[in-house]
Formats: sequence, structure tokens, C-alpha cells
Amino acid sequence: MSGPASIGVDAGSTTFKAVLVDREGRILASFLEPADPRLEEQAARALDALQAPPGTPVGATGYGRRRIHAARTLTEITCHARGAFSRTGEPGILVDVGGQDTKVVRVGPGGAVLDFSMNDKCAAGTGRFLEVILARLRIPKEEIARYAARSTRPVPVTSTCTVFAESEVVSLVARGEAVEDIVKGLHAALASRVASLVGQVPPGSRVFMSGGVALNPAMVEALSKELSVPVSVVPDPQLVGALGAALSALS
Amino acid sequence: MILRKLQYKAISCLGPGLLSVASRIGKRPGRGSAQGAAHPFGPPLESGRKLREIMSLHYLSGRYADGAVPVAWVTSGFPVEPLRALGFHAVYPENHAAVCSVKRLVPELSAAVERLGYSRELCGYARADLGCAVTGTTPVGRLPRPDLLCCCTNICQTVLYWFRALADRFRVPLAVVDAPFVYGEAKAGHLEYFADQLRGLAETAGGIAGRATDRGALLETVRLSREGSLLWAECLAAGRAVPSPWTGFDAFFHMAPIVALRGTKECNGYYRMLRDELNDRISRGVGGIGNERFRLLWDNLPVWHRLRPLSAVLAENGFNIVCSTYAAAWAEAGAAIDPADPEGSMARAYLNVLLNRDLPYRLSFMKRLCAESGSTGAILHSDRSCKPYSIGQVDLQRRLVSEAGVRTLLLEADHADPRSWSEEQAGHRLAAFMESFE
Repeated sequence: MSGPASIGVDAGSTTFKAVLVDREGRILASFLEPADPRLEEQAARALDALQAPPGTPVGATGYGRRRIHAARTLTEITCHARGAFSRTGEPGILVDVGGQDTKVVRVGPGGAVLDFSMNDKCAAGTGRFLEVILARLRIPKEEIARYAARSTRPVPVTSTCTVFAESEVVSLVARGEAVEDIVKGLHAALASRVASLVGQVPPGSRVFMSGGVALNPAMVEALSKELSVPVSVVPDPQLVGALGAALSALS
Repeated sequence: MILRKLQYKAISCLGPGLLSVASRIGKRPGRGSAQGAAHPFGPPLESGRKLREIMSLHYLSGRYADGAVPVAWVTSGFPVEPLRALGFHAVYPENHAAVCSVKRLVPELSAAVERLGYSRELCGYARADLGCAVTGTTPVGRLPRPDLLCCCTNICQTVLYWFRALADRFRVPLAVVDAPFVYGEAKAGHLEYFADQLRGLAETAGGIAGRATDRGALLETVRLSREGSLLWAECLAAGRAVPSPWTGFDAFFHMAPIVALRGTKECNGYYRMLRDELNDRISRGVGGIGNERFRLLWDNLPVWHRLRPLSAVLAENGFNIVCSTYAAAWAEAGAAIDPADPEGSMARAYLNVLLNRDLPYRLSFMKRLCAESGSTGAILHSDRSCKPYSIGQVDLQRRLVSEAGVRTLLLEADHADPRSWSEEQAGHRLAAFMESFE
């Protein structure tokens, strides 16, 4: 294994990620924290934690990318495509459900972005949707999939607007619906919203998922069901953007 | 009345000289004077000064028009030629609303009419214009009171209700020219129907002007209109050169005369000057931006309130908008106008405006513009408050990609209202779009 070659930082809206990679793009060290408004301090903390040699080039992405002292800054769309391709080695459709937006990227050979679409100006169909509503139901993140798995009769949640869905869930609880069934219904609602961004999946196309929401197996299952295509999770899904940024700094 | 006529005449005749002096004295820092080492644009167009002069004069003379000459407020796609032949001073609320938008007055004007119950979903131009009528606010000093309101439904149906509201407010007649939507080619019956309405318009407007149409004056106006459209087409065709001698954002400003002064000598004189300057820039290899690497098409109205930052971010990255459906729409249809058959040819020209045509036409138009200009990408502005232009864009986008290999971006904004603009998200999409070319 060759030594450290570049650093990738993904300063996202909910989490801050950083990776140290070698020349082949293998992750040597990683750092992940909830996003801190004192971004510069967080970046310094990340660099310390990665123990990168001084002068290692940095690539940055994410909403806070312009505040990172980096040789190269790129959008998450380009970085997720590059990062995902380096891990999967396959073109396909990449779905990144992030905290603030959801991106669907058509990834071509070599990890090039052929086309992309994003959710519109609201949090419907983003990670925030689940986060807000599950907080309302007092379900910790790590319990989500278990709750969904226990559902026997999912309750349809019709609102995809985060604010309206929150009040809809409150009324479902008041009606006596099981929390497990509501959780499953929420996943279906989010998957349906994401699937509408994906549109038609051409026959033979692979669908990949990256971003923090990909760690939730219930969401992967719901999206697979909605698209009628198996969805594969890119290894270390939360680090994919940072990895793409590191690869960009390498080149 | 006589005094008003003298004032109007004096401004119209003496104005150019006065404004020319004034513009030299009070020159605002523009693109030229702001130029630094990292400046992404080419040298500014010299014609820009003349543009400011003739548009300022248009609004200045308007202040003295009511009481001096008959005044009509007209929609941008209205067949204005019969009105000009009758000596009307034409005011274009859409052009005025664009000025309001550039001056960032729309939130304030819109809020005034939203309080009266108008929806924020209504066209930003309509809200701005009605807001001006309600509050009396205008960046141009004063708009003359209309004697006649004229709307043609060839650009949208909103104008009908918008102008009805104006008619109600000003208590003046409203002349409507109804334009059947064109699927494929305009049908003979539709052309006849439209031409008939033009004859009726001449009668109505003649009644207000207190005279009958002078056929010679009409033929001359029609000739000027056609010539103006062709000259504007030449200016746009200059944009196909590599590097393009100007940007599509420049064209959005320089299209003001073809919209608001169509059918006048001033308009055509201006476009001769602009065309010559553009051709001169081509011969000297001067570009609209410093380092043109990628060429793009723009679809829909401009985002007036964000023109400068949008053009800068594109130029900084080597992207030049070299053509737009919006600017080209004013060159396309007008060329059909023919003095040999004024009513018939005006019917054809004004029925065939871009927004009155079906999606297959719009797709072929966009493909043609991309091919002619060597554009490999397109930004489709999904315009929140211009529904007729924005509907179908997702399909157009998909087909541009699959059939013409053009990279596309759907950019959500509003042509007039900055409250529909989300800086972070729009900037993000634009950045990702540009990265995909590298």
C-alpha cells in the first residue's frame, strides 16, 4: 500500500466527512462528525485526526466547500459520481439522499457525470424528512430499520412535504396506528419521492445509493421496491463524497 | 393640448442630443470601467450607450405623451404597426416591468397587489405592472395614462386578465386580438380570423386617435417592422462567430428596441449600429467573454434580477450563452411581415410567435439554435411565474439530451421576482452543470 496522497473533505449540511487516501484512492483514514457551524475549527480537527503529512493536497465538496482551504473544490454531484465509481467500478444511476437535498446522477464510464437531477427547493424527499419525523416519534436513528422490519401493515403517508407529513404522522399516532407501521409508511413515501426523481431506469442499468440515508436498510429496501430494481449500497456510503473530493485533488 | 404637443415633440427631437451629453457626464460605472485583471468579460459594447439613450428617450417622451398624442399600452407580442401608423405612443408594460425587475422593485410592487388579493403565482410582470398602477411607483419617472389598452393572446392568456384589470382601473377601452394556438402550421381560417381582427383594431384605434389609417403610413411602419426584425436577426447571427462577439445576456438588454420600438426608424438605426459593431468585433476576434470555452443556449425569459451575477459566474468558468429562444423569438416571426400584404402577413407573423406554437416546433427551434451556434449545452430557465414558457420544458430537456446530445440544466427561478430565487441551490446546480463539461 502506498502512502497518503490526498485528503477529501465533504462539508455537508448535516454531517462533516473527511478521508485520507493513497494514490490508488484507497481510504487510509476517515473522520465523521455532525456538521459544526464553526467549520474552520472542524476542518482543523479533521486534519489532525487524519494525521496527514503536511502539504497533502485537499479537495473539498459539500455546502461548506468554499470555506475549506482546498486546492480543488467541486460540487457533491461530481464528487459522489467519482467516489462511487471508484468503489463500484461500474456506470449506473447513483442516488444520494443527503440531509438537505437528494441527487440522482447518471454516472458514465470513468465516473463522468452524464446528467443529474435534484429535488426542488424543499426538504421533501431528503434525509431531513425522515430525521424530522422520526425525531417526532422519538425513534433513534439506529432503531429505524428495526421498527420498519416489525411492520405488518404499513400505513400510507400521503404528504411528502416534511411539515405536512409531520402533522399527518401526529394524527396517525392519535388514531392509534402502530408506530412501526407509520415508520414503514414513511419510508415508502420517501422512496416514492426519490423514485420520481430517478424516473425510468433503463433495462440493465445498475442503481447505487450513497449518502447517510443509504445506511438505513429499510430505505434501501423501500427504494428497491419502488423502482422494481435492486439497489446496491456503495461501500462506506457516507464517505463517498469525501472520497470523490480526494480523488479530484489527486488529479 | 398644444403645449403638451410641443413638449412631446421637443423631447422626441431634442432628446437624443441632450441624453447623449447627459450619458457622457453621468456615466455610471459599468462593465467597462469595472474591468480588472480577473474580469471575465470582453470589452463592453460601445452601442450600449446608444441603447441607454434611445430607451431613456422612449420613457422620457412618454412622460409628455398623454394629452399630446394618443397613448396605447400594449403587450409585447401585439401587432403594434396599425397603432404606430395612427400616431400612437406605445407603452410596453412588460418592458417597463423588466426595468422594475432589474432595479429590484418587484417585491415591493408585488406586495402592494398581493395585499389586494392577487396571487404570487401570477406573472411577475403583471404583478409589477399592476403594482406600479396601484402605488404610482416607477423607475422611469412617469408612465403616460393610456387612451387604449391593447393585448394579444399570442404570448399567454394572462395578458387578457391583466389588461382587463388595467382597463378597469383606467376606465379606457381594451382592444383584444385573439390568437388561436398554432399546432403544426397556422391554418388558413386562423390567419383570416387574425387579419380580420387587425382591420377591426384599425377602426377602434382610429376612433380614439380621431383619424383614419393612412395606408402609406401603415405600409411604411410594416416595412420598418420587417426591416427591424431582420436587422435584429443579423445581430443575433453575429453571435454564432467563435468567439461570440457578445453574450446572450447582452442580447437580453439589447432586445429592448425590437420589443418596445418595433416599427420605428430609431429601432432600425440602432440595430444597424449594433450589427456593425458586432461584425467589427468578429473581424478583430473580440469576444463577449474573455475566455470562451463552452457555448450554451438559454431558454425562457432571463432572470432579470440576477443577470449580472449569473453572467459573471458563467463567464468566469469560460461559458458563454451565445443564443436564446427568447431573443431569437423577436427575429423569427417579424421577418414574415410583408408590406405587399400588411394584414395577412402580420397575421402570419404574430400567430407564429414562439409562445403561440407547439412543443415540437419549440424543440426543433432549440435544436436549430444549438446547431447554428455550436452550443453543446442548454440552460432551461424554469420560470415560476411564466407558465406558458415553462410548461413542457422537462420533455424538451429530455429530448434535447437524447436527440441532439446537448447537456441541459433546468434552473428554477422567476423572471421578475427575486423571492423565488434560492441562491445556494441554484448556484449549486449551475456549478455541477459546469463541472460536467470538464
